[in-house]
Amino acid sequence: MLVTINGKQFEAEAGQTILQVARKHGIYIPSLCYHEKVGAAGKCRVCVVEVEGMRGLQTSCSVVVREGMTVSTRTEKAIQAQKLVVDLLLSSGTHDCLACAQNGKCELQDAAYYLDIEHPTLVFADMEPHCDESSEFIKVDHNKCISCGRCVAACQKTVTNDVLDFGYRGANTEIVFDDGKKMGDSTCVQCGECVQICPVGALTEKSVKGKARYWETERVKSVCPYCGVGCSMEIHVDRKLNKIVRVNGVESSPVNEGMLCVKGRFGYDFVDHPERLTTPLIRNDDGSFRKASWDEALDLVSTRLTEIKTKHGPDKIMGMSSAKVTNEENYTFQKFMRTVIGTNNVDHCARL
Amino acid sequence: MKAKQLKIALRNCGVTDPENIQDYIACEGYLALGSCLIAGNRQAVVDTIKQSGLRGRGGGGFLTGQKWEFASQSEADKKYVVCNADEGDPGAFMDRALLEGDPHSVLEAMAICGYAIGADQGLIYIRAESLLAIKRLKVAIAQAEEAGLIGKNILNSGFDFKIGLKYGAGAFVCGEETALIKSMEGNRGEPVSKPPYPTECGYLGKPTNVNNVETFANVPAIINKGAEWFASIGTEKSKGTKVFALAGKVKKVGLVEVPMGTTLRELIYDIGDGILNDKVFQAVQIGGPSGGCLTVKNLDMPIDYESLIAAGSMMGSGGMIVMDEDDCMVAVAKFYLDFTMEESCGKCAPCREGNKALYNILNKITHGKGTMADIDRLKELSVVIKSTSLCGLGQTSPNPVLSTIDNFYDEYVQHVVDKKCRAKRCRALIEYSVVEENCIGCGACKRACPADAISGAPQKVHLIDQKKCVKCDACLQKCRFNAIVVK
Ligand SMILES: Cc1cc2nc3c(=O)[nH]c(=O)nc-3n(C[C@H](O)[C@H](O)[C@H](O)COP(=O)(O)O)c2cc1C
Ligand code: SF4
Ligand code: SF4
Ligand code: SF4
Repeated sequence: MLVTINGKQFEAEAGQTILQVARKHGIYIPSLCYHEKVGAAGKCRVCVVEVEGMRGLQTSCSVVVREGMTVSTRTEKAIQAQKLVVDLLLSSGTHDCLACAQNGKCELQDAAYYLDIEHPTLVFADMEPHCDESSEFIKVDHNKCISCGRCVAACQKTVTNDVLDFGYRGANTEIVFDDGKKMGDSTCVQCGECVQICPVGALTEKSVKGKARYWETERVKSVCPYCGVGCSMEIHVDRKLNKIVRVNGVESSPVNEGMLCVKGRFGYDFVDHPERLTTPLIRNDDGSFRKASWDEALDLVSTRLTEIKTKHGPDKIMGMSSAKVTNEENYTFQKFMRTVIGTNNVDHCARL
Repeated sequence: MKAKQLKIALRNCGVTDPENIQDYIACEGYLALGSCLIAGNRQAVVDTIKQSGLRGRGGGGFLTGQKWEFASQSEADKKYVVCNADEGDPGAFMDRALLEGDPHSVLEAMAICGYAIGADQGLIYIRAESLLAIKRLKVAIAQAEEAGLIGKNILNSGFDFKIGLKYGAGAFVCGEETALIKSMEGNRGEPVSKPPYPTECGYLGKPTNVNNVETFANVPAIINKGAEWFASIGTEKSKGTKVFALAGKVKKVGLVEVPMGTTLRELIYDIGDGILNDKVFQAVQIGGPSGGCLTVKNLDMPIDYESLIAAGSMMGSGGMIVMDEDDCMVAVAKFYLDFTMEESCGKCAPCREGNKALYNILNKITHGKGTMADIDRLKELSVVIKSTSLCGLGQTSPNPVLSTIDNFYDEYVQHVVDKKCRAKRCRALIEYSVVEENCIGCGACKRACPADAISGAPQKVHLIDQKKCVKCDACLQKCRFNAIVVK
């Protein structure tokens, strides 16, 4: 069907909302609570637009398009409302962008910039710092939270951990863990789904503080090294220091749809750990190790395996493979054991 | 001729013993349900309510018959009838009084509604703190069940209808029907966007017809006396009567029931017997915190849904607070905003943060720190909160601000420019001082002052130190010589 937005016609599919159509065609409507993964919440009220034939402002995240619908996203009334609601959200929190880990990738900042808000104009009482750093990996800064509800929906519906919810009411509303515990004392498993979906800097990885910001990192697509699920991940690397700054799940991956577990998201310190093995080691006669080249090590393994096989038969050899390598590598490994060595003695650590 | 009350919803209150079903039956009780069941025509019941023109008394004024029609047309294996007895407006108690005084008329109406829409379960959502109403409802339900007027196979018609109670914890927003349903389901009492409407997808995802207590109380009378009779009362678009909780500065306060179209003047001066101490009428807040302040120019306006909205107020549930010349209208707006700010559920941004911002500005003005720009800001914010909020609470909460600015602009300007409060209600803007001619130096004020702000030797004129004065009014109350004044 055809829909007109700001005077231009666009193709739209039945069931799509105005916001979805606009986004698809690159028209920016400021919005903070909608995320395609958790759907429309109708909470932030920033995405209001005017629709011909409908009374008053409409939230574009909830109105489904109809054939011939005419939408204006930038009327005076719509802009005034968008601007004031964003102003309210900025004014009622502590948004010190200069020190914020989310600087440059913040949807509130984007909306404010687009709406030409130079500084928050409404006066709320000074806020006491209100952070929760009790958990292992995640920092919660309540004063930056805009109560968009994305984390709550993600925790309840996407990863179904049911830890996060809203507590209290009115302007005192805030996200709570279990029945109001500190994050670190709650049943939170630190999967970090909430961090990834938070549009602002209210939920951030503790470790990113003071590190390279979004625009300073290079994104490397990879597969999680931990288990056989093979979650797609995007590794944010500070090339100047050649260090990993953060790991995100890839939203478009059919394997994990953006989700990661605590190990995949936060357990990357092994990468440049000083004790990490970087060359093969061969055991000396006295039990100690010496560094060796791959050629030397592989030669040794092949010689010893052939010796054992000829002397004792292939079934005296057993192969054990790892969940930390890919499915393809595991497949090759069992093939090697069966066809080259000639045994069915092959197992995998994920069964232990 | 003085205007009089006309009791339809309250017809049995104070007349029958609410804990005795025989009393109710003696007053045509359960006759309406019986006749509906005997006639055996569901659509006819819906049609009668439609023709009567009855509109929801819970605030919105939606046509009750139309709602029943939608609910009856929704296809489902289970439907519910819900009675909204949350009643959270400050000062309003018509629903509670009705349930305490005549619980059976509501039960009967719920059963009639259940029959009309095809529901076999009724639920009454009531605040847990309404102890007497709950007790009377329980007694009434038990008696009606025993009499076979509620429960299985009512009057041998094959129609089953049970009624249960659900308790609310006292949040204003839980009176909003979608929040009420969430709360009944055991969730956080937050409204959800409509559509879908409850008549399509309500309690536990099933079609649910939500009506207010007073709306229901009218139903048996309409069935018994006919739609035409009911439609002959009231104005063109607002039929029947409305119960108001008349309060504030009138001589006679309490619940009153008058035909729609009665004027404010008749209500305040005939039924309420005029302003307390014969002071000057200043304004009347109608519709609770979501309503607006009306003034002298609205006194002769016939009260109905449309005219109230046109005047910048609303029917709401029927709270009516009368104010006289001693009330500061900025402080009144602040009082209501304090309420809505606390009662906002916090789900959506404009209501959650916007009402607090409104309150902060009003607070600034009443403390003498406001500017003209603040008044414009109040207006701008109000308009945006109304147009962007998710539910009726936020969509109406700025009404007291807008209507007081519209009707009492001078008073705002006075606070902001002259730093004065005409009604002498805003403490930061008043000054206590001693009238030299009247002061005999008795020292009573000095002894009463908790802030040690008054000095003066015995038999000499006393003096109030403005820097120390906390404006507690103690000196003024103690002085027997009219020597202390407020300016
Ligand atoms: C903030 C808010 C509070 C409300 N409180 C009540 C209430 O206490 N009682 C009530 O009957 N309706 C209340 N309503 C209206 C209900 O949402 C609903 O429209 C009504 O119960 C429907 O019944 P009616 O058609 O018989 O009026 C409230 C609405 C809003 C927006
Ligand atoms: S959350 Fe966004 S707006 Fe707030 S401080 Fe961080 S970058 Fe700035
Ligand atoms: S923490 Fe982030 S995602 Fe969660 S409600 Fe606050 S702003 Fe939204
Ligand atoms: S308007 Fe207010 S009460 Fe209604 S959903 Fe929004 S925050 Fe909650």
